[in-house]
Amino acid sequence: MQKFSIWSLLRNSMSYHEGWEKQWRSPEPKREYDVVVIGAGGHGLATAYYLAKEHGLRNIAVVEKGYLGGGNTARNTTIVRSNYLWDESTALYEKAMKLWEGLSQDINYNVMFSQRGVMNLGHSLQDMRDIERRVSANRLNGVDGEVLSAAQIKEMIPFINLNTRYPVLGASLQRRGGVARHDAVAWGYARAADAHGVDIIQNCEVKGIRREGGAVAGVETAKGFIKAKKVAIVAAGHSSVVADMAGIRLPIECRPLQALVSEPLKPIFPNVVMSNAIHAYISQSDKGDLVIGAGVDQYAGYGQRGSYQTIEQTLQAIVEMFPLFSRVRMNRQWGGIVDISPDACPIIGLTPVKGLYSNCGWGTGGFKATPGSGWVMAHTVAQDRPHALNEALSLDRFYSGHLIDEHGAAGVAH
Amino acid sequence: MLLIQCPWCGERAETEFTCGGEGGIVRPATSESMTDAEWGDYVFMRKNPKGLHHEQWRHSAGCGRWFNALRDTVSYRFHGVWKIGEPAPAQAAVHGGGAV
Repeated sequence: MQKFSIWSLLRNSMSYHEGWEKQWRSPEPKREYDVVVIGAGGHGLATAYYLAKEHGLRNIAVVEKGYLGGGNTARNTTIVRSNYLWDESTALYEKAMKLWEGLSQDINYNVMFSQRGVMNLGHSLQDMRDIERRVSANRLNGVDGEVLSAAQIKEMIPFINLNTRYPVLGASLQRRGGVARHDAVAWGYARAADAHGVDIIQNCEVKGIRREGGAVAGVETAKGFIKAKKVAIVAAGHSSVVADMAGIRLPIECRPLQALVSEPLKPIFPNVVMSNAIHAYISQSDKGDLVIGAGVDQYAGYGQRGSYQTIEQTLQAIVEMFPLFSRVRMNRQWGGIVDISPDACPIIGLTPVKGLYSNCGWGTGGFKATPGSGWVMAHTVAQDRPHALNEALSLDRFYSGHLIDEHGAAGVAH
Repeated sequence: MLLIQCPWCGERAETEFTCGGEGGIVRPATSESMTDAEWGDYVFMRKNPKGLHHEQWRHSAGCGRWFNALRDTVSYRFHGVWKIGEPAPAQAAVHGGGAV
């Protein structure tokens, strides 16, 4: 791997930047791998990277239906935070947060992680009680958090209109939260995994999962059969479709989640603001565009687009809270397909098929967990048992009843 | 926005409706003898197909009644609606919908 640094930048500027090598190879699949990861999004690539880096596996492939990082990794609103309510989920998101804090150095790729703070607004007395409870739970779990009054919010965002139909009474603030450059996360993990010898095979849709005697034998793909000792399904948005190939039923419903970006503006928005109650969240990218996210659509959908009224409601909320954005024009709008699980928590772990592992159900907030998700998934696959951090997040919880209800802290109404 | 055919009221805007998820899930009659695996399957596991999907919808801002629908989860197009208790149209029966 060609190391990125100020010196390599200077050296390459001498040759008109024509000497940069490709960041990853595009190999043809080998006949057999130790591990095949299905899905080259952030989570799948991170899984492959940590399998190679932390567990010393070398014969790994990541197979991808379309192009690398072209699914939900490219479609989210790039928010990173770890202020969840329950111990089980907080521990995993906080692990991810700690990895985020050193990620650019670790993978030698600038993921533009910017800890500018994430605010979750409270619009009613009950919202504020929930915020107090969640911030207290966060602090007990070693996650930073504070409760802000309306006046403190106004101080940070002078142009916010607090006296809206659903008045802003206060907020929680996680200062270590922020945003990261979503594409760079996929590219950085791809480059770092490739440097460890991981084969990333794009345009190679998985058509079937071959099993022999209750254990996984390999995957049927658009480029033929690939033999594998272990297979990890990390295909958010198509989790049920892929799991169905192995006869596994999941408690997931895929739904469209929409987002929009505006034309670029000069820097105005200081942090990330989310409102659970009115289904809107907003931040400003380093490029200058306002990045706005909506709530999920009400029906199941694989179409990567959603209902117009959902966008309309979101923008009404944004404009009411930030009236000075009323004349900002929206540039683009899109939808991603999110795996909604019954308790708004991911499902990571073993499946009834030996050697087959599943990582799904991240709902509306998988991006923030990318490093942590890959890290625990790599452990689960390499050791054939879950890590302490994802033990409680197995598929078994839907049979035992030990659900982890994160609907309140998941941030987006569903 | 989708236009949805309510079997009682006719074509109305999507905002008048609530989607109730997968349709045709029958509550088990032998609840006292069911295993955890069977309960988990009934309560939580879903087909979540990419393509035609048997769903239940409610005309919540209209007549308030539930009905069955066959909808494509990729194009979002409705391929048919039928009242609760009525036999499913032929096309729905092919895709696993029964008389519910």
